Amino acid sequence: MSIEGSSPKSLFDKLWERHVVVEETAEAPAVLYIDLHLIHEVTSPQAFSVLEGRGVKVRRPDKTFGTLDHSTPTLPANDRGELPYATPEAKSQVERLIENCAEHGIELLNMGDPRRGIVHVIGPELGLTQPGKTIVCGDSHTSTHGAFGALAFGIGTTEVGHVLATQCVLQRKPKSMRVVFDGLLPEGVGAKDMALAMIAQIGADGGQGYAIEFAGEAVRALSMEARMTLCNMSIEAGARFGMIAPDETTFEWLHGRDYVPKGLAWNEALADWTDLRSEIGAHFDKEVHVDATKIRPMITYGVSPDAAAPVDALAPEPHSEAEKHAADYMKFNAGKPFHDVAVDRVFIGSCTNSRLSDLREAAAVMRGRKVKEGVVALIVPGSEAVKHAAEAEKLHEVFLAAGAEWREPGCSMCIAMNGDSGKPGELVVSTSNRNFIGRQGKGVRTVLASPATAAASAIEGHIADPRPYLFAKESA
Amino acid sequence: MSFDPIKTLTSRTVVLSQENIDTDQIIPARFLTTTVKDGLGASAFYDWRYDEDGRPKNSSVFNGVDPETHKILVAGSNFGCGSSREHAPWALADFGFRAVISSDIADIFKSNAQKNGLLPVEVDEETHKKLLASPGAQVTIDLETCEVTFGDGEKGSFPIEAFARRCLLDGVDPLGHLINQMPAIEDYERQR
Repeated sequence: MSIEGSSPKSLFDKLWERHVVVEETAEAPAVLYIDLHLIHEVTSPQAFSVLEGRGVKVRRPDKTFGTLDHSTPTLPANDRGELPYATPEAKSQVERLIENCAEHGIELLNMGDPRRGIVHVIGPELGLTQPGKTIVCGDSHTSTHGAFGALAFGIGTTEVGHVLATQCVLQRKPKSMRVVFDGLLPEGVGAKDMALAMIAQIGADGGQGYAIEFAGEAVRALSMEARMTLCNMSIEAGARFGMIAPDETTFEWLHGRDYVPKGLAWNEALADWTDLRSEIGAHFDKEVHVDATKIRPMITYGVSPDAAAPVDALAPEPHSEAEKHAADYMKFNAGKPFHDVAVDRVFIGSCTNSRLSDLREAAAVMRGRKVKEGVVALIVPGSEAVKHAAEAEKLHEVFLAAGAEWREPGCSMCIAMNGDSGKPGELVVSTSNRNFIGRQGKGVRTVLASPATAAASAIEGHIADPRPYLFAKESA
Repeated sequence: MSFDPIKTLTSRTVVLSQENIDTDQIIPARFLTTTVKDGLGASAFYDWRYDEDGRPKNSSVFNGVDPETHKILVAGSNFGCGSSREHAPWALADFGFRAVISSDIADIFKSNAQKNGLLPVEVDEETHKKLLASPGAQVTIDLETCEVTFGDGEKGSFPIEAFARRCLLDGVDPLGHLINQMPAIEDYERQR
């Protein structure tokens, strides 16, 4: 055994080694085996076309799983049962995935399926996502699944084709980074705030070329859903991979879910998963520390996710050309409190923040209050199951009573390709992941925030600190 | 293979000096409902090129750009960040670009570009600055020597992953390469 072979391993090293089919060489990347391939309507049709063109079948339909989320409407079907697709193209894209899955024997969560939802919500929810798995999807937020101690990463459509045909991808082992959140979060601060604080610290390309492991006391203390929020945002720091070692929180959350091993197999899986952690002394190419005790509720003020600051701060003076350009677009007044910025629209949803705990957080702020007149608030649950669970707790009644809209599950205004979007010039406080120019509609100004901050902003009609609402025992 | 191999490329540049140009800029999401790869050049940088009414913007650097003579896009750092949409390199390639040069290109975009005959070139800061400062300059990218050469003879070198380079140079098909590994893949599955 080589010295390297016996040196302490990181979680990432272990996940990588378990899935190498052919080692990488100077000439070629490793052939990496994929345990779970999630597909959706937007990034898969061209991959299926390539397969058809070459006369190749989907090799492992049993390891492939489809859902419909990006192009799907969030308004219900009409009396004739017709769904209000934004365009005929959106409808035909959905139909194409239905045909492709039927043709190749791939399980698909079709419209109307009570398990359907956003790809990064349903994978964990169904227990398809498990510690130790390699998981890919033609979607950059696939890092979400890393929250379970999986090696999960976004791929392009050509690679979707590679996985469909061979169940493998060609991939060089990236460098490793550990981001340690020291101490515990203050009250009223959550995973979204951690993610934005980290990205502000290391930059939108700070994680480029790295696989990130999130560690530290504050990460251990996070719920499973909060861990997904944190890993989801890895790509906004440029890292394709984000992961957290599985622990009791993970196992407890997964236990009993549809696709998770049962009985004796569960015990075997637990024994295996317990080993999935970084050993003491494991090597990381880079280590970053974030002081969790100092994190406040965060918002973004620019057009890149690293332009993030505490909600109770003042809008900063732009210096570089890029910052000036961003400030012009966002129309924030330097030196003025963010609280002065008026809000037109609020979106609570997306693979970052559309799970039950996110909706509970938003409802805690909105309960007994009204959305400010003139503000449109859209609440879009991440899946049918989340919608059902939220309705069982009557959260939808809280939102509807506040004057917010309660929609059907999907990606909705995060990517704004299903007809849900803002209008030019509008300011949207959004729980999604990207504040890029035009991301939520042409000319729309996006402010990223947690569900609590988004809900507080909906109530006040300007960017608002959620803490007074979260600390209040009873609504005013 | 749907693209011609690249050995050397001599062309004029189009310069977009902004940092963090994300794939939503390269092709807005509303164009992603397509189920084919073709014809996306018309949507490339759409909101940078056209106003609300679909008229070409006077301020767009793409105005007057002849795709026949301007095949190299030079951009600020962290080009191609954000969404994994392969529609971004499809759109740029369909527009007529054969190479993108920056100091730093986002991982997924880089990987996607390499698979579509769009050569991603990551140069050092000095070369990057010179390129950003000279829009329309004629430069040569040599993938055999991994060098960028300016009109004045000055050179900058760039690294590129060996397999991606071979795919672009020799037209090696990555899917074919993977399919050739099938015995190893089957062995792996048996041993699990």
